[in-house]
Amino acid sequence: MNVAVLVKWVPEPEGTPRLGDDHLLVREGADGALDPGDEYGLERSLQLVERDGGEVSVVSMGPGVAVAAVQRALAMGASRGLLVTDDALRGSDTLVTARVLAAAIRSLAPVDLVVAAVESTDGYTGTLPIGLAELLEWPSVTFATSLDVVEGELRAERQTGSGTELVASPLPALVTVTTGVAEPRYPSLKGVMAAKTKPLDRPSLADLGLTDDELRPTQTVDSVGAAPAKSGGRVVEAGPETAAEIADLLAEARVI
Amino acid sequence: MAPVWVWADLAPDGVAPSALELLTKACALSDGVAALSLGPGATVGVATLGEHGASRVYASDDERLVEPTSRVAAHTTAALVAEHAPEVVLFPSSYRARDVAGRLQAITGSTLMANAVDMPSLSRARAEILGGTTVVEVALEGAPPHLVMMRPRSFEPEAVGGVAEIVDVPVVAPDDLVAVRVLGRTDAAASGPSLDDARVVLAGGRGLGGPESFRLLEDLAEAIGGTAIGASRAAVDAGWVPYAMQIGQTGHTVKPEVYVAAGISGALQHAVGMKGSRRIVAITKDPDAPILRMADLGVVGDLFQVLPSLTEEVRRRTGR
Ligand SMILES: Cc1cc2nc3c(=O)[nH]c(=O)nc-3n(C[C@H](O)[C@H](O)[C@H](O)COP(=O)(O)OP(=O)(O)OC[C@H]3O[C@@H](n4cnc5c(N)ncnc54)[C@H](O)[C@@H]3O)c2cc1C
Ligand SMILES: Nc1ncnc2c1ncn2[C@@H]1O[C@H](COP(=O)(O)O)[C@@H](O)[C@H]1O
Repeated sequence: MNVAVLVKWVPEPEGTPRLGDDHLLVREGADGALDPGDEYGLERSLQLVERDGGEVSVVSMGPGVAVAAVQRALAMGASRGLLVTDDALRGSDTLVTARVLAAAIRSLAPVDLVVAAVESTDGYTGTLPIGLAELLEWPSVTFATSLDVVEGELRAERQTGSGTELVASPLPALVTVTTGVAEPRYPSLKGVMAAKTKPLDRPSLADLGLTDDELRPTQTVDSVGAAPAKSGGRVVEAGPETAAEIADLLAEARVI
Repeated sequence: MAPVWVWADLAPDGVAPSALELLTKACALSDGVAALSLGPGATVGVATLGEHGASRVYASDDERLVEPTSRVAAHTTAALVAEHAPEVVLFPSSYRARDVAGRLQAITGSTLMANAVDMPSLSRARAEILGGTTVVEVALEGAPPHLVMMRPRSFEPEAVGGVAEIVDVPVVAPDDLVAVRVLGRTDAAASGPSLDDARVVLAGGRGLGGPESFRLLEDLAEAIGGTAIGASRAAVDAGWVPYAMQIGQTGHTVKPEVYVAAGISGALQHAVGMKGSRRIVAITKDPDAPILRMADLGVVGDLFQVLPSLTEEVRRRTGR
């Protein structure tokens, strides 16, 4: 079974991201890493091929520094990486990104399963993977909290608005996973060394057969401001009066 | 008249609150407002949708519209869009709406704006990004319709007293679109007021130290009344409470009269789901926790002391 895991490089998850003069997220030169949310699906995919055989590829679109994210995924155990980098892709919206990733996945064919996170840490639109599934004309299972392949079929439990669903899907399919599917391993020293010699493709947009029309974003950020800050709050040390103070606030809000 | 459509999520009692919020916004943008109501129970809420400004409801209660991949719903919607050419389709941020909108975007090649909190015009959306710290305005371009997913509770629903005409929708579901089988389902049991409706939300985080400490929140909730209990992702990921209780970017967005965060640091992803609360009380040991900057009343101290004494004080005042 061939699994392609989508991995995204994101600005340092614990840091303070900022927008540049062009109103786009500053990515070049910023500290960044593999999106921690992507490690769960990668881990589960590695477990599946370690059990059943096959190969895990990691696929990413991002700036040059995103190599670090791909390298980390290779160090965790993925067999090969593919990273699409091009200045023309700065400011891409989810549809453009989905088209690029769809072309990348087609170039890796045959792929049986694409695994992504439910949403990215920085963009958190959560719409990219499902758009990608539609472009590939594949079924999808989103918000999976468990993931398995049984007798050539995908089995997953998924979170829905009203509870959970256990579903079975033929392959090829795309799945988005939560942090519940596996506990990510730390790359071993051996893994880190091995990663340096694993194949890492850097195809151009032309290699992927993408045209300018397909790459034109449909959203332009044209103004940026700080969200209104809270004012008038106060911070107190807990003491004998604390319970009464909070209760006063509840009374003021007319909830008691 | 530029038509604006609203994706109306279904709910057991008819329509989801988000549909009414979105209809109210749609009416401010256009005098040609329609709702899409697709799936079993689709016609139950038609009167309510009409009252909130939908002059038409495109409806079908075909089971296949809720199959798990959302392909049938997306292709059915795409066919309607091709026929009637709405300018904008507003979606809520629910699981299902996200899947339908994501697939629809790929079919129509339209723009899809996520995490929007307002639409100043038919071709502009406002969104809070970077965990709600930054507000951007985005010009929407490309092939119509513009697809916009709104954060919950961005608008206050308002009944305008109309009546909707029902338009029956032909379902687009070629056999190969329905490939995924549902082997089983569980429903999250609901008890007490829901997170979305409660006037008071008490949320617990990693600082509670374990599942048994949620008892402290339950006792306080009982004393206050009309209260729901939520949690940070740290508490959910640790397995202390179910995912249905998560508040934040990937969970519920709540806007109660009072939000009490106990043992929660206030990470960006948590803040997204609660910072619109009317009043915020935070209890944390860490004087540098970001939650304190959002709080109307921030208490630096041990929740294991503050919560029980608060419960006692509230009981004294309410007699519960
Ligand atoms: C893509 C993505 C999506 C996410 N979505 C969400 C989401 O939807 N919701 C969400 O909540 N998080 C989400 N997160 C996680 C988020 O970044 C934080 O990790 C999480 O909110 C932290 O939870 P916490 O505040 O309970 O834990 P911590 O950050 O560990 O904070 C615990 C707090 O408790 C205090 N404390 C400890 N003991 C006591 C005590 N005895 N008395 C008082 N205070 C005490 C500590 O001082 C600290 O302030 C997401 C992250 C990512 C990457
Ligand atoms: N540029 C990218 N490269 C690779 N994977 C991505 C990229 N953008 C998004 N993804 C994947 O899609 C998921 C959802 O992203 P988003 O739609 O931005 O919330 C992420 O968690 C990744 O798994």
